[in-house]
Amino acid sequence: MITFESVSKRFPDGTTAVDDLSLEVPEGEVAVFVGPSGCGKTTTLRMVNRMIEPTDGTITVDGQDAMKIDPPELRRRIGYVIQQIGLFPHRTIAENIATVPQLIDWDKKRTNERVDELIEVVGLPDEVRDRYPHQLSGGQQQRVGVARALAVDPPIMLMDEPFGAVDPIVRSRLQDEFLRLQRDVKKTIVFVTHDIDEAIKMGDRIAIMSEGGHLQQYASPEEILAHPATDFVASFLGAERGLKRLALIPVSKVSAVEGPVVGPDDDGARARAVARDNGSDWVVIVKDRKLLGWAHVADIDGSGRVGDIEAKPFSAEIYKEDSLRAALNAMVTSLTGVAARIGDDSAYEGLLTQELLARELQDSDPGPGTMTGAEVNEEAERV
Amino acid sequence: MDWAWVGSHLDDIQHLLLQHITFTVSALFFGFIIAFPLALVAARYPRLYQPILGITGVLFTIPSIALFLLLLPFTGLSETTCILGLTIYTLLVLVRNTVEGLRGVPDDVKEAAEAMGYRPLALLMKVELPIALPVVIAGLRIAAVTTIGLVTITALITFGGLGAFFIDGFRRDFATPIIVGIVLSVALAVAADLSLVGVQRVLTPWARTRR
Repeated sequence: MITFESVSKRFPDGTTAVDDLSLEVPEGEVAVFVGPSGCGKTTTLRMVNRMIEPTDGTITVDGQDAMKIDPPELRRRIGYVIQQIGLFPHRTIAENIATVPQLIDWDKKRTNERVDELIEVVGLPDEVRDRYPHQLSGGQQQRVGVARALAVDPPIMLMDEPFGAVDPIVRSRLQDEFLRLQRDVKKTIVFVTHDIDEAIKMGDRIAIMSEGGHLQQYASPEEILAHPATDFVASFLGAERGLKRLALIPVSKVSAVEGPVVGPDDDGARARAVARDNGSDWVVIVKDRKLLGWAHVADIDGSGRVGDIEAKPFSAEIYKEDSLRAALNAMVTSLTGVAARIGDDSAYEGLLTQELLARELQDSDPGPGTMTGAEVNEEAERV
Repeated sequence: MDWAWVGSHLDDIQHLLLQHITFTVSALFFGFIIAFPLALVAARYPRLYQPILGITGVLFTIPSIALFLLLLPFTGLSETTCILGLTIYTLLVLVRNTVEGLRGVPDDVKEAAEAMGYRPLALLMKVELPIALPVVIAGLRIAAVTTIGLVTITALITFGGLGAFFIDGFRRDFATPIIVGIVLSVALAVAADLSLVGVQRVLTPWARTRR
């Protein structure tokens, strides 16, 4: 756990980088500090391991006052990853990863085993072990940076724009891998970025800071998107706040509607009746709980069987771990305007409609700034 | 070219060549001992870099004969005078290359090292100096080659080193010793340069695969 108590940093030239910051990063969580340049987010991060010392206030690391710990000792207990990585060019990958184990005198065997383990954990091929950093790609170097920071399994990690220098595809892969890794290692992490989307993706909590080192809001991504505390936060989140929120809500949170379901053995008259009751001109065809597809009722003969015509597939099937944003995407690309939800046993579970999404946003956000159903539709058209 | 002369003077050749090497190695050794702390100070306190470069630069521009004459009243016609003068000439390039080598260590590497818990001395010895090494050795190569050339001049003071062959040859208007002196000092310079390149390759395997 990391605690900031009334922490301020003023530089000798009179600028205030951090102004009276108080917050707590709970054990095992990722706190993302985000804001425009000059908001003091990097200064805040660097005060945790005393690369910069606060002018006022107290920072405690796992209950101990950081100012009372010898800086090198403190730093060896805190993993550190920066955008420029800072690998040692004169050491092999294995030697780079072994940096802190060597500083704290681990024996050779233990160090080697740990290096092997970490190379695998961060997804690097074995051959890189004896290469030098300049022989690796940017993405690989970044993985070495993460491995090096994890070497002695420090409970705390500081990450300053760790994925800022790689291209968007590699960045998103590194982010996903890091989140997967974090689920296992459960580090307490201070993560700095200027990218609000990265903050929403990576953070258990987000601290939004403004110029001059003022903390504007510190809350979960869901909370920040639903209830921006200040105008600054709202404008920093940008115009697509609704979509960003949808991306955070799993499909499983919304109960699907049954929809105009018929079986292949039903006749055209019944299909028409079901469609009419649902206010649609199409039906969903389900057999033995398996989704066969959908069909326009106009295509089905009044006396013929539904199964006589070929069912059209839904453009996308949505599973419970998908986000509502993915569901929305499926809806707007589908002629029916709905998404079919499929359960774990690949059974049909019902339909998701834009109305349901809008209601979900309303329910979790009764305050101002709520998107109406019409706004969801507008957003949907832009997707 | 009088090969008979060469054959009958092998002992002299060996003696003077060894002396030449001794002078060179001594000058580089003492030069490095003086330049290294100066360079560390200059790298740590950038404000002192220009003054230090200025002083060693002025020393470097003094014509060699004049420098040796200036030293004569203090140390006389001795080997000390020779090695002292030669040492002074190595300072500029050794200081400059060591400082530039240290300055060339990327900031993010230093930051990462500090943030991982290196103390200042360990940071210097295990991170900064190893990374600066190729530039430092490049300085040593230049210093070695220029010193080997300069040693020939010290023959005027002690009649030592391969320069003694030049004096002997000119005095007697006899070409063979001059040629022997030139060939050997050039060969010595090449050998010194190549062996320093070899030292660098062994000490900095990481720089070898680069570009």
